[in-house]
Amino acid sequence: MTVRTLFQKVWDAHVVHRLAEGPVVLYVDLHLVHEVTSPQAFEGLRLAGRKVRRPDLTLATVDHNVPTGDRLRPIDDPIAARQLAALATNTRQFGVEMFDLGSPNQGIVHVIGPELGATQPGMVIVCGDSHTSTHGAFGALAFGIGTSEVEHVLATQCLVMSKPKTLEAHWIGRLPTGVTAKDLVLDFIGRIGTAGATGHVIEYTGEAIRDLSMEQRMTVCNMSIEAGARAGMIGPDDTTFAYLAGRPRAPAGAAWAAAVESWRGLATDPGATYDSRVTIDASTIAPQVTWGTSPGMVTEITGRVPDPADLATEAERSAASRALVYMDLAPGTPLQGLRIDRVFLGSCTNGRIGDLRAAARVVRGRRVAPTVQAMVVPGSMQVKVAAEREGLDRVFRDAGFEWRNAGCSMCLGMNADVLQSGERCASTSNRNFEGRQGRGGRTHLMSPEMAAAAAIAGCLVDVRGWSLADLPVPLELAS
Amino acid sequence: MEPFVRHVGKAAALPRENVDTDQIIPKQFLKGIERTGLGPALFYDWRYDPDGTPNPAFELNRPEAQGASVLIAGANFGCGSSREHAAWALRDAGFRAVLAPSFADIFFANCCQNSLLPVRLEPREIDELFRRAANAAGQYVVTIDLAAQRVEDGHGFTTRFEIDPYRREMLLRGLDEIGRTLLEEPRIAAYERRRAIGLPTRA
Repeated sequence: MTVRTLFQKVWDAHVVHRLAEGPVVLYVDLHLVHEVTSPQAFEGLRLAGRKVRRPDLTLATVDHNVPTGDRLRPIDDPIAARQLAALATNTRQFGVEMFDLGSPNQGIVHVIGPELGATQPGMVIVCGDSHTSTHGAFGALAFGIGTSEVEHVLATQCLVMSKPKTLEAHWIGRLPTGVTAKDLVLDFIGRIGTAGATGHVIEYTGEAIRDLSMEQRMTVCNMSIEAGARAGMIGPDDTTFAYLAGRPRAPAGAAWAAAVESWRGLATDPGATYDSRVTIDASTIAPQVTWGTSPGMVTEITGRVPDPADLATEAERSAASRALVYMDLAPGTPLQGLRIDRVFLGSCTNGRIGDLRAAARVVRGRRVAPTVQAMVVPGSMQVKVAAEREGLDRVFRDAGFEWRNAGCSMCLGMNADVLQSGERCASTSNRNFEGRQGRGGRTHLMSPEMAAAAAIAGCLVDVRGWSLADLPVPLELAS
Repeated sequence: MEPFVRHVGKAAALPRENVDTDQIIPKQFLKGIERTGLGPALFYDWRYDPDGTPNPAFELNRPEAQGASVLIAGANFGCGSSREHAAWALRDAGFRAVLAPSFADIFFANCCQNSLLPVRLEPREIDELFRRAANAAGQYVVTIDLAAQRVEDGHGFTTRFEIDPYRREMLLRGLDEIGRTLLEEPRIAAYERRRAIGLPTRA
């Protein structure tokens, strides 16, 4: 029997038919839908007189465009309200389950799939959102699609796709204390570049990856798209199964044992090969902070803003020069000590309960700097409720953070949560593109621990060496 | 979908790399529920100063870029967000093709769904097109022939490009991809029966 990678196994299991021209008709097990990239797709179905083929494999929520303040108030923005109403109407008419603003399961689509146990190993999962790669942490093949493809999946439960290439990103050694999954993946993107994995599905391997919790693995896979990858995957193991066991939509009883048995077979076979491979020493990684306007413009917190003149190509030099103008930074400026105005803790990258716990250990017993406005936006209402049960909301509020309701919020600033022009933000999100968090806003990406420390210090700072408080409720009692 | 067979049009140059879809269409224009009318929002934050006046320094605001239907751009064009609004905005603003050394995967697929032809050329060919466009001062016209898989300018630049045969066929004939896949319905149903045990029954 031929040896196969995790990706190849999942791909093979979903090929419905190979078309004469080369691509395959690929079956989709789970289609996640949100308000921003779906209205035109449902309208397309309506105009063509088509139905949703498998409403039972389709799950919708509102996240991108929702206010994170008081849920009892009507939505101020009439255009946003119309888009939210359109999803309610569309899901009702087409028979799709939807978690609206009043639902206890509402949240960022990539947070709720895993927490419900709807995301499972070996699945093909798609969503009209590039960060769908998050679900690859479970050993699923998960990727973002455009609205026309959303319509295609709604109508056929399939996509037509050419097979991507594979890339193994392998870490030797373990992450040092105080260095997180976010640092690992930012360092990786800095090495291979924002187009380094275009056309590829990444499999993350090695001891440093095995050491990560499921939530940390989701952080890594989430950022795959920032390296240009089609998807990122991690082979399912006992960590994966322990996370899924008992979740509402995970298999139960005899079906659970059978599922775990089959999921164990998904791991890449010894001797299977990838189209390309990158090896990194995890033990040398330090906390990372972006300095520019692309996630690949990143360096260690102890580093300095690079001089564009030192870069290799004219394209890199001009991009870096432009980025430094936008970021209002001079070459050679130390990153430590750079004053910030805002802190955003949240997003599909770092808005899970583990992220909030990690940040709370930095924050507890300390105060947000008077010059800083800091906010926590839990990734889902379930995360929010869990955090409140553990007293994390008190930790953040007592320190001077705002405590919000779930949504994408200032990761992309579609709602009212935006940076003002010229404001500098320490953010746990995934993109530092020009204007991403608000026109003229300056984003520095980092881990939740680093963002929490920046909120306290009022500037970018190395969190290593900071004393960490105990959580209000010990972990063994919290979960 | 409108077929794409051959297009002759004025080319405009945007010699920047890693142009992300947040720049092509900023988030404030994603709140609508239609595919149309997004042309005026194309490159909004680059195109207009915060007070709403056009930024004369932006490449596509220059007189020589007016009326262009072909965009020549740097590597990794369309990276970032999956928003198909980026392809819709380019189409609505009159563009029929984008020429670049490379494209982000999701954006590439979105273009093909909207009869906006993404053409991958060698970096040195794109550099040559930038040079020729600059020298032509607003009169640079290129022909993109999908049937022949060629780009040429009638003044010595001519090259062949590759595109996967499925995408090419869909674009040349302007086919409805959903209609095409629905022809496979018996196979899809057979697949579901075959996998009935392993298939989740409820999302």
